[in-house]
Amino acid sequence: MTALDGLTAEAFGRKLRAGEVSAREVTEACLRRIEADNARFNAFVLVMADEAREQAHQADRELAAGLDRGPLHGVPISIKDLLDVRGTRTTAASRVRLGHRLAEHDAPAVAHLRQAGAVFIGKTNLHEFAFGTTSEDSAFGPARNPHDLSRSAGGSSGGSAVSVATGMSLAAIGTDTGGSIRIPAAACGVVGLKPTHGEVSADRVVPLSRTLDHVGPLARSVADAWLVYRGLLGTSLSEGAPAPGSSRTPRATDIPAPLPIGSLRLAVPRAYFCDVLDDEVRARFEESLSRLRAAGARIDETDIAHASHIAPVYLTLVLADAAAYHATTLETMPELYTPPVRIRLEMGRYVLGEDYARALKGREVLRREVDAAVAGHDALVLPTLPIPAPPLGAVSVPVGGAVEPIRNLMLRQTQLFNLTGHPAISLPCGRTAGGLPCGLQLVGDRGHTEALMRTALACEPYLAGK
Amino acid sequence: MTVETWLEWALADADRRNLAELKPLLESLAGVMRALRNADFNDRADDDRTRRADR
Repeated sequence: MTALDGLTAEAFGRKLRAGEVSAREVTEACLRRIEADNARFNAFVLVMADEAREQAHQADRELAAGLDRGPLHGVPISIKDLLDVRGTRTTAASRVRLGHRLAEHDAPAVAHLRQAGAVFIGKTNLHEFAFGTTSEDSAFGPARNPHDLSRSAGGSSGGSAVSVATGMSLAAIGTDTGGSIRIPAAACGVVGLKPTHGEVSADRVVPLSRTLDHVGPLARSVADAWLVYRGLLGTSLSEGAPAPGSSRTPRATDIPAPLPIGSLRLAVPRAYFCDVLDDEVRARFEESLSRLRAAGARIDETDIAHASHIAPVYLTLVLADAAAYHATTLETMPELYTPPVRIRLEMGRYVLGEDYARALKGREVLRREVDAAVAGHDALVLPTLPIPAPPLGAVSVPVGGAVEPIRNLMLRQTQLFNLTGHPAISLPCGRTAGGLPCGLQLVGDRGHTEALMRTALACEPYLAGK
Repeated sequence: MTVETWLEWALADADRRNLAELKPLLESLAGVMRALRNADFNDRADDDRTRRADR
C-alpha cells in the first residue's frame, strides 16, 4: 500500500490545501509507480518526468504564494497520445506518425487543463489511430489489463484507463468515437465520461470521425470525472479563473449535489442492450438495479425501436470518415499501419455515397428515439460492456450461447450514444468471480451533462464499486 | 448500384490490389449495406410517408 492507493483528485486537493501533501510528492509517487509497473502494463508511450516535476514544483510555489488555480491544481493527469501537448509528438500509437513534428501548441482541451494547474505526467497508449476497442494494435505493443495481464485493457483509450486504475496518474484524458472512453473504463474498473457531443473541443486531436469524436475524462470517482470535465471545458468552477495573485480555495459547491436517490427515474432499454450479455455481467447489472431500486430509485423499461440498425449506421459513417482521413497515407505508406487497422481502414474506402446518406438518415431516427427514451427520466441505464475484458489476441468469444466477434460486442452498448451525441458515463459495478471489472452505463439528456453527473453521483454509492 | 453488383466489383478490386484479407470484410460490409437499404426509415421518391414522418 502507498499513499496513492485509492487517492482521488478530490481527496488530494483537500490534503494539498491542508498542507498534508505537496504536488511534488504525489507527482513523484506517480512517477515511481510508472517506473515500477509500466513495463508490465504498457500504459504510457511517453513519460514526461522532467516536465511533470517542473509543473508540480510550480503548482506548489503558486499555492504557497496564494495562487490557487482550483480543483485540478497540482493533480497528475495523463493524456491519450491522440491529443497535442506542446513540445511532444502526437503519435496516435502509429508508425505513420512516429516521425511527426513536435506539437507547437496544446490542444485547447489540454491548454484548459494546463491553465487549471494540472500536471501532465505523460502520454498514454491506445489502439492505433483510436480505430479499435482493445488497445492491442499499437506501434508500442498492447496496453494490458491491470486485473489480468493476459487480457485487453479495452480501448481505444486503454493506456489512459490503466494509468488511472494503477495509480500512475490520478486522472486521464481519453477520446470516445464509439465507446473508447467508456469501454476501457469498464474493462479496468474506473469511471469514464463521454460528455455531450461538441462540449469539449476536439481541435488538435487526431480525428477518427469528426462528427462522432468526443474528448472526456477517465477518473477514480464520479466527482473526479466532474472536476476534470469542467477543467476540459476551460470554465472555472465558480466565477472564472482566479486572477494572478488571488487565492481561491475550491469550495464544496465545486461538485454538484447528487440528485436525491429517492427521486431518481431511470429507464432500462432491455431489448437489444440486454439480449447478448455474459452471465456474470448480467448478474452484476441486475444486482446494481436491485440496489438502486431498494434505495428508492424508480426503474422503468424503455425501447429503442431501431436498435437493430445501430451497428450498420455506425459502421457506415465511421468507416467512410476514417477512410477519408487516411486515404493518402494508405496509398503512400500502407506498410506503416498495423495490418488489422490498415485493412479496416481500407474497408471504408468502399462505402458508397448513397449508403452514407442512408446512414445519416438512420442517425437522425436514432437520435429522436434516444431523445424520447430519455424524456421523463434522469438517465437510461444499461451495461457498458456485454462481456468482461477479452483475452488479448482473441477474435471472438462465447456469449449467450453463441460465439460473437469481439469488435461487435465491445461497441454494442456504447456506439449509439456517439451517433446521437447524448452524454454517457460508465461506473464500476462489481467484478466477475475471476476479478474482472464490470461497468454500468448511464445516459443523460443531450446538452445536460451536469444533470447526468448529478444522477451518477446519486447512483455511485449504491454500486459495487471497484 | 445494387449490393450484388457492388460486391462483385469490390471483391475484384481487392484481388487487383493484392488485398485478399480485405475480402471477408467486404462480404460483411455487404451485409451492412443490405441492412441499411432494407431499413424502414429510408425515403422513397414515389412515397412521401417517411417525409411526413419527419415533420
